[in-house]
Amino acid sequence: MAGRETRKMNMYQGVRDALSNAMMRDDTAVVFGEDVAFGGVFRCTMGLAEEFGRERVFNTPLTEQGIAGFGIGLAAMGHTAIAEIQFADYIYPAFDQIVNEAAKYRFRSGGQFSAGGLTIRCPSMAVGHGGHYHSQSPEGFFMGGAGLKVRTSIHTGSCLFDIFVQIVIPRSPIQAKGLLLASIRDPNPVIFMEPKVLYRSSVEQVPIDDYELPLGRAETLTPGSDLTLLSWGTPVYHCETALHMLGSPPESLARHVPQSLRSAKVELIDLRTILPWDVETVAESVSRTGRLVVVHEAGRTGGVGAEIGAEIQKRCFLKLNAPVKLVTGWDTPVPMQYEKFYMPDPLRILDAVVETLTY
Amino acid sequence: MFGAVRTSIPRTRRVFADRRFLSSTVSRFSADQHGHLPTTQSPITPHLEFFNSVVGGGKGIPTYRVLDGVGNPLDGAQLPELDEALARRMYENMTRLPIIDNLLYNVQRQGKIAFYMTCYGEEATIVGSAAALASDDEVLGQYREMGVLLWRGFSYDSVMNQCFGTHEDAATKGKQMPVHFGSRELHFHTISSPLATQIPQAAGVGYALKRDPLRRGKNCAVVYFGEGAASEGDFHAGMLLASTIPSPTLFICRNNGFAISTPASEQYHGDGIASRGPGYGVHTIRVDGNDVLAVYNAVREARRRCIEEGRAVLVEAMTYRVGHHSTSDDSFAYRPRQEVENRKRLDNPLARFRMFLEARGWWSAEKEDVYKAQVRDEVMKAMRRAEGLPRPPVEEMFNDVYGGEMPWNVKEQKEDLKRLLKKYGDVYEPWRTELRKYKGEGKEFLEGR
Ligand SMILES: Cc1ncc(C[n+]2csc(CCOP(=O)(O)OP(=O)(O)O)c2C)c(N)n1
Ligand SMILES: [Mg+2]
Repeated sequence: MAGRETRKMNMYQGVRDALSNAMMRDDTAVVFGEDVAFGGVFRCTMGLAEEFGRERVFNTPLTEQGIAGFGIGLAAMGHTAIAEIQFADYIYPAFDQIVNEAAKYRFRSGGQFSAGGLTIRCPSMAVGHGGHYHSQSPEGFFMGGAGLKVRTSIHTGSCLFDIFVQIVIPRSPIQAKGLLLASIRDPNPVIFMEPKVLYRSSVEQVPIDDYELPLGRAETLTPGSDLTLLSWGTPVYHCETALHMLGSPPESLARHVPQSLRSAKVELIDLRTILPWDVETVAESVSRTGRLVVVHEAGRTGGVGAEIGAEIQKRCFLKLNAPVKLVTGWDTPVPMQYEKFYMPDPLRILDAVVETLTY
Repeated sequence: MFGAVRTSIPRTRRVFADRRFLSSTVSRFSADQHGHLPTTQSPITPHLEFFNSVVGGGKGIPTYRVLDGVGNPLDGAQLPELDEALARRMYENMTRLPIIDNLLYNVQRQGKIAFYMTCYGEEATIVGSAAALASDDEVLGQYREMGVLLWRGFSYDSVMNQCFGTHEDAATKGKQMPVHFGSRELHFHTISSPLATQIPQAAGVGYALKRDPLRRGKNCAVVYFGEGAASEGDFHAGMLLASTIPSPTLFICRNNGFAISTPASEQYHGDGIASRGPGYGVHTIRVDGNDVLAVYNAVREARRRCIEEGRAVLVEAMTYRVGHHSTSDDSFAYRPRQEVENRKRLDNPLARFRMFLEARGWWSAEKEDVYKAQVRDEVMKAMRRAEGLPRPPVEEMFNDVYGGEMPWNVKEQKEDLKRLLKKYGDVYEPWRTELRKYKGEGKEFLEGR
C-alpha cells in the first residue's frame, strides 16, 4: 500500500467504495436489490442512491428470481448489473436463473450472448445467532451447479469453456474492494459472497483508488512447510487463532499439543475464489507440506472441501503423509442455540491440525 | 392528515364491483353481435381498447369497513353477531399483543434474546382474522402472527421458551431464531424465514384438507403473508395452484405498507395485492385492516365461501407497520418519525375498537388497567422463568434432521463432537462456559447415556 492514499474502512465500507468506483468508471453500471436504495440492510450501498441517482441505484420488489433474471437481461445487453441478494440464505429462488441461465447464456448461444456483466453480491456465513436461515454458506451448491471442470477457460481464453459462474469470498475490506471490482469487470457472471460478521469487525487502511485483485488466485497468508491449512471468509481468522494456539498453547491445552509440534510450520492459504479454485497454488503447497486441512462453515457432505480433497488426493497422492482433513459445519441445518458447537472454531481447527501432523 | 383521507372514502361498501359500472362495461365489451372467441367467454369487439383496472373505469378497489375512526358503525354496515364475551376476548387479545411486544423488544435490546419482531399497528388484522377462523383451521404464517397462536391458547411460557430457546421450547427445540413459532396441536405450521414459501404450501395443505373425509367441508388452510412477500414467485404459484387445483385455501395479505425499508408503492404498480385475485379467478376483498370488525366479517365470509365452494379466497388487509421491521432495523432511516406518530394517533386499531366497546358498556378505563396489569404480570413471570432455563441438551442439534434412523454421516459427526467435548470440554474455557448453558451441561452426551 506504500505511497497510495488510504482510508480506514470496515468491510461494508470497502464494498461500498468498490461499488462507487465501478459506477464512476462505467455509466452502464447499476446497483439494485431489496432495500438497497436506503443503503441496504448491511449498509453496503449507503449514500449510493444520493451519489448516482435512483435510476442507477434502486430497490426491486421482493423477488430473488426476478433480481437475478433482471440482472441477466441487463448483462445480455452489455450493461453492468450489480445485484444484491439480501442474504445468501435467500438466493435459492434465484438458483434456476443463476445455474441454468447466467451460467449457460454464453455457451448456449455459441458465444453470441453472455451474462458476463452480472455480479450478484450476497452476505453469507454465520454470525453466531442466526440459525439456519441467516447463517448459510451456499457456495458448494453453485460449485456443482455451474460445472467445475471449466477451470481451464481462464488460460485457454476459449469462450466455449466459459460456462461457469465464478464464486468469490473476501476476508477483509482491502480484499473485498479489490475482488469486487475485479468481479464486476470480469467477463463472467460472479457470485460474490460477503461474510457478514466481517462487515463491521474487519477494519483496514484501504486504498481509495480504483484497484483490482485477481480472481481465481488463492493468497498464501503464512508460508510453511509442514501442513497446508486452507480456508476462506470468516474461518480464515479462526485458522490464524488456531495457529497461535499451536505455537503457544494456553496452559489448559498444553497437554494436547505435543512440544514437538509447537514449532511446526503451517502454510495458511486463503482460497478467495471458490470457482474456479486455484488448484495450482494449493497442489503446489500440499506437494511441499504433505498435509492438508480444509476449513469451511458449510456442512461437509457435498461441500467445497470434499471437492478440493478429491482433487488434491488425486494430484498429490504420493506426497501425502496424512489423509486430507475437513473441519466443517455438521450435516445439519445451522442450529440456532447450538451454533458454538456447530461452526468450526479455533479449537476444532487446532485439533485437526494436531491430528494431521501426528497422523 | 390521515383523518382527511378517511372521510374521503365512500360510506357504503361493496365487496364486488359496482353494479352500474359492470353493466356499462358489459354493454361495451359484450355486444354479443360479433359472437365469442371459440372455447372462451370472450366476446368479440371491434373497439380497440386496453384495460388496466379490475373494477373498471380507472377506479380503485374499494376497502370494506365497519367501524369509523371513533368506533361507530358506518351507515349501511352490518355489524357481526358479537356478544360481550367475544368482543371482550377480541379486545383483550389485541391489547395484550403490544404488552408482550414491548417486553420482548426490550429484552432483546438488553441482549437476552437474539432477535424479535413486533406487530404494533397490526393487532386488528391479526386478532380479527384469528377470531373468524375455526381453531383447527390450518394456519401457515409469515412471522408477525403470534397473535393467532395466542388466540388459540398458546401460552406465555411457550412464547418465552421459543424466544429464549430453552429446553422447554417444544416449538423449535432451540433450533430457530425467536418468533419462529409453531404448534401442531394448535394447527399452526412452524414459521420459516424464507419469505412466501408458505404460500404454495398452503394450497397443498388446503388440498389435503379437501381429500380428508373428516375435515372436508369443515376446515380450510389459511396463509398469512406480507405485501412484500407477495412479490415472490411463490405467491403467484400458490394462488395459481389453489385456483386451478381447487382447494379451500384462504390467502390473507397483511398490507402494512412496508417490506423492511421498501414502501408498498415500490412493491407493485397495480392496485395492491387484491387486484391479483381476479387474475387467478379467486374471490377477493380488500378490507380496512385497522378495523377489527371489518376484518372479522370479511374473513368469516371469506372462510365460508372458501369451504363451501372448496376454492381459494384472497383477503387484503390494509394496515400500517407502526414498529420497526425487527430489532435489526431502525425505520427512521427511511421514514419520518412524524409519519409513524400520526398513524399511531389517528388510526389506532385498539382505540377504535375500545370506543366501540365502551359505547356498549363492555369496557372501561378501570377494566383496562386491571387487564393490562394482569397480562404484564403473567408475561413477566413467564419471561423470568424462561430466562432461567437452560438450552436443550447439546446433542439435540443432531435430532430431527432426518426421521427414522440417523444416517451414518450424521452419526459419525455426532461421535466426532462427542470426542471433542470429552477431550476439551473440561479444559478449554470458551467451551466450558458455553456448555453450562445447556441442559445437563453436556454430561449426558459425554457419558453416552
Ligand atoms: C426469500 C427472502 N428474501 C428476503 C428476505 C429478507 N426479509 C425478511 S422480512 C422482509 C420484508 C418482508 O416484508 P413483508 O412481506 O411486507 O412483511 P412485513 O415484514 O411487512 O410483515 C425481507 C426482505 C427473506 N426473509 N426471505
Ligand atoms: Mg409489509
